[in-house]
Amino acid sequence: MSLPPASESGKSSAMATPAWAAGATRPQAFLRGFVVMVETPGLVLFASALGFGALARDSGFELGHAVFLTAVFYALPGQVLLVDQFARGSAILAAAFAVSLTGIRLFPMTVTLIPLVRDDRSPRWLTLLVAHYVAVTAWVEAQRRLLPLPAHLRLLHFLGLGSALLCNTTAGTVLGFLLVGGVSAVVSAAFLFMTPLYFLTSLVATSRTAADRLAVMFGLALGPPLFLLLPGFDLLAAGVIGGTLAHRLGKHYQ
Amino acid sequence: MSALDDGFGGYLVLALIAALAHEPWRWAGLLIGRRIDAEGEVFQWVRAVSTALVAALVARLVLFPAGALDTVPIAIRVGAFACGLGFFLLTGRRVWAAVAFGATLLAAGKLLSG
Repeated sequence: MSLPPASESGKSSAMATPAWAAGATRPQAFLRGFVVMVETPGLVLFASALGFGALARDSGFELGHAVFLTAVFYALPGQVLLVDQFARGSAILAAAFAVSLTGIRLFPMTVTLIPLVRDDRSPRWLTLLVAHYVAVTAWVEAQRRLLPLPAHLRLLHFLGLGSALLCNTTAGTVLGFLLVGGVSAVVSAAFLFMTPLYFLTSLVATSRTAADRLAVMFGLALGPPLFLLLPGFDLLAAGVIGGTLAHRLGKHYQ
Repeated sequence: MSALDDGFGGYLVLALIAALAHEPWRWAGLLIGRRIDAEGEVFQWVRAVSTALVAALVARLVLFPAGALDTVPIAIRVGAFACGLGFFLLTGRRVWAAVAFGATLLAAGKLLSG
């Protein structure tokens, strides 16, 4: 079984069914997802998690708490915010409220993931694990990879992706925590910079319709002013306003 | 110093915050997602909302970053980002190459700017 690189080579191939999927079993679909550990998304997430581990240590977190937080949140923006809130001595309720705002984005992402992984053969409780694995990296990869797959392989493929990404973000947290101070500011900055560039190029690579491309442009344009106007609610507002406009306008282009 | 209790108390607080403030958004998405059709109008709309939301997060991460990225001047961040995206669009849309190119430019810019 040969392992071709992730199908990132071109827009045209993005929606083609990968060669491995023909006749693949469900365990094979899981393994094909798990390989993301050493592909671009996994490596970029690992680099971001290094930054989180270092931040957690700087903020006075124990290593065990930092790792536990990574596992139960599995969403770096929420983790960063919570660590920061504790470091500033915020009240637990205020911290929980701020964290809840960062979690809102997980709601529409989960809504649009679940229909893609629906299948009759898998036990229902597995979808709880699917929901836990919803985070930006896993969602972006899922949008790109799941539709071209036969329906019965999608759930296991996503669980493979999510499990590998959980390993990467946990390993990054541990290593970042232990190496803190050992990495220069330039390298740390370059690592942190990979995340937005990966998110955006993947969104563009995944976009299929006019609505997709408009949503990317509107989100980019609305994000910064709304961050200044409505901090905390900025992503939600940019998503709803930009996404709704893109959806409406996109229909005119069809 | 962290306001989080050492040991078990700290784990409990983190687990409670996750279960009461963070994870419920995923559970709510699960409940709604089970009821909608992947070909339908609602799905398309929510997908556009998610896409715009991630794009807004991208703009925020570049323009208002946390941590070490904050020490890089904004012109270098925006310039390296635009070059990374341009590289992506002009050279065959390889995500890994664009990410490596953009991050290298950012590091070079930071070093040259002192």
